[in-house]
Amino acid sequence: MSVRSFLLRHGRQLGTLLGLVLLGAVLTARTPYFLTLSNLLNVAQQTAINAIIAAGMTFVIITAGIDLSVGSIVAFAGVVLGSVLAAGHPLSAGLAAGLGVGLFCGLANGLLIAYGRLPPFIATLGMMSVARGAALLYTGGRPVSGFPDNFRFLATGQVLHIPMPVVLMAGVYGAAHFLLGRTKLGRYAYAIGGNEQATRLSGVNVRRYKTLVYGLSGALSGLAAVILTARLDSAQPIAGIMYELDAIAAAVIGGTSLMGGEGKICGTLIGALIMGVLRNGLNLLDVSSYIQQIVIGSVIIVAVFLDMALKKRHN
Amino acid sequence: MQPNDLILELRDVGKTFPGVTALQDVRFDLRRGEVHVLLGENGAGKSTLAKILSGACPKSTGEIRLEGRPVEIKNPRHARALGIGMIYQELNLAPNLTVAENIFLGREPTVVPGVISAPALRQAARKILDQLGASVAADRPVRELGIAHQQMVEVAKALSLDARILIMDEPTSALTRQEIRELFSAIRRLTAQGVAIIYISHRLEELLEIGDRVTVLRDGRSVATRPIRSARVPATPPTEPAGNDATLGELIRLMVNREVKEQFPKRKAPRGPELLRVEKLTQTGFLHDISFTLHRGEVLGLAGLLGSGRTRLARALFGLERIDSGTIFCRGQPRRIHSPRRAIDLGLGLLAEDRRTDGLVLNLSIRENIGLSSLDRFCRWGVVRRDHERHAATDYVQQLRIKSQGVDQPVMFLSGGNQQKVVLSKWLCSQAELFIFDEPTRGIDVGAKVEIYELMNRLTADGAAILMISSDLPEVLGMSDRILTLCRGSITGELSAAEASQEAVLERALGVAGR
Repeated sequence: MSVRSFLLRHGRQLGTLLGLVLLGAVLTARTPYFLTLSNLLNVAQQTAINAIIAAGMTFVIITAGIDLSVGSIVAFAGVVLGSVLAAGHPLSAGLAAGLGVGLFCGLANGLLIAYGRLPPFIATLGMMSVARGAALLYTGGRPVSGFPDNFRFLATGQVLHIPMPVVLMAGVYGAAHFLLGRTKLGRYAYAIGGNEQATRLSGVNVRRYKTLVYGLSGALSGLAAVILTARLDSAQPIAGIMYELDAIAAAVIGGTSLMGGEGKICGTLIGALIMGVLRNGLNLLDVSSYIQQIVIGSVIIVAVFLDMALKKRHN
Repeated sequence: MQPNDLILELRDVGKTFPGVTALQDVRFDLRRGEVHVLLGENGAGKSTLAKILSGACPKSTGEIRLEGRPVEIKNPRHARALGIGMIYQELNLAPNLTVAENIFLGREPTVVPGVISAPALRQAARKILDQLGASVAADRPVRELGIAHQQMVEVAKALSLDARILIMDEPTSALTRQEIRELFSAIRRLTAQGVAIIYISHRLEELLEIGDRVTVLRDGRSVATRPIRSARVPATPPTEPAGNDATLGELIRLMVNREVKEQFPKRKAPRGPELLRVEKLTQTGFLHDISFTLHRGEVLGLAGLLGSGRTRLARALFGLERIDSGTIFCRGQPRRIHSPRRAIDLGLGLLAEDRRTDGLVLNLSIRENIGLSSLDRFCRWGVVRRDHERHAATDYVQQLRIKSQGVDQPVMFLSGGNQQKVVLSKWLCSQAELFIFDEPTRGIDVGAKVEIYELMNRLTADGAAILMISSDLPEVLGMSDRILTLCRGSITGELSAAEASQEAVLERALGVAGR
């Protein structure tokens, strides 16, 4: 591939990367703690959960959909996983329960959207409330704790000095990159988002692939629940609030178009890292958490605004 | 009403778009209180003329006189101020608002500025609706009305702006017989009040019923204006000498009689065994007892006007429409085609009328579009083997001479002809043998058209069969081996290439043959 075509194809992602590097440079200049290995690993670790959810979100948004239920699914999957472990079942059973609950909720979203023809916004908004309620009902509103030690390894353990969450994130992104770029599922996701009607007229089982994409998003929320529960060493029914915002923001900052048909998984990773670095930097600079919310919201708006302005000029 | 009470006069009006002359030397006049029909084939220039008069686009040459004074119609707002109202085929109403709110949208009577007076609004609307003789409740939301009544609302809206000239573009295309009668009675009330109506249509029988005069447009020129004497008792004695009246036969001849500009490089392929047989296919209300056969090596032309059911038939064959009764046989076997996937597996390929919405995923590359309907061929365990796919796509790009910067170029940047070739490649790639071409050359320039025709020749020479739907009569005549005509959901004729003429096809497509 020539340099020119590489730039053309990945221009949007390179732009986001530039933004990340600039952000890093500013923070390096402002605080000596930012550019240290331990802090960077810390950022990566804190980014992992949002990044994993955002990977699923990217698939959904590429099909011109949206998934608002990810945060609630994290809570529901977390408490089910927690109660399985707390009851003394083996780790594998707990993981299966967490991922299974996520997958189940995601598939339910997909079925409602693909076969029930509900708008994705409504179906997943409903699921957002249903899953949250289910998590509260299941636990009676109380956190679940008392897990075996080997479970905590998923959050605090290291492989070759790399924290487990980062390893899992890398695995998810490798797999997502492959799925999106090299498999039928990925190809059809782009096609459905680009022109659902033409895709259906080409004989593609659009409904099946839409369902799968929401199932994937749910399953990845389940995986995020595993890491979160392991990190907190307890499962909270009120966990994951506003996670959908961070995930959508990561995808959109990374260049995924809410109109569908457009987006790259590496862009989402950079978008998630921007969100993570921003939070970390604001903490290091001792900015209050109230102001942090304002800053992050503004960054999302500015990023999308810039993206639209650049696209307009391009056309 | 005085016969020479001219309200509008067009003198040698012309319109050129970059590279195309849409109208040339059009002469047309309109009298107070008359219905003047504009008749012509698709592409004859009727809509362009309507757009000029309604201010949607400026004329290039000539003069327009309104009540004797020359005018330049600058924009739609200006046209309305001049008393020219336009009723488009697609209605422009806010479905959630009421009839009265729609009629006075943007001009609501107010109590104090900003506060709408509901009674005044209703009353004003009622008055205009009564003027039309329309039995529409003023406070019903427009969405609850049928098309016919929505149209009445549009007419009422135009009248509320003091329109003296109303342009109606194919107003009856979506109406039932009863609704057409209501519309016509409203039109007669209007003309009795002195409103002049320009009535655009290609339905000949209607023109006899409602028109006072007819002007035929052909290839952007006005070729003749004739008075119409119909069964209806005229409001005033005829002013033109008898014998100059339009007859159906003459009108048809005037509409189609043109030199065939495009070249049709038709090469006949040997007729092979039967590939498709349709028996008594029916979709209640839309398609009635459709039966025909299609053989390998054959191009079967399907001629019919808008709304005749030709696209619906194509969609039914492709598994996109409900079928109430009847049977489709593929290669002699009865088949139920319930989805596009099934149709594709049976060897069908649909080149839809609108490539951009139905044929292509514009932001995907040529390669990805070509592979879309047959991705399984290139997959192992769900993984796309891109080298195989690229190889196949490159092959089609070369064979069909698709002009591009390579197979990874997004199709949105290709020309219409090249986009059409990508769609065709997609079906070749899924090994289609039966191609449904719906308006295959619409929006494609002349040179590329010939290329598409050459490709059709190649397909039939290779033993494929083609069902070609087209509004372009010369194209149907030039490329088909046999021609079916469809009118209001029924087959009204079958002609061989040898016996077909434009007149014969059009008569059958209009459903007036034998009259």
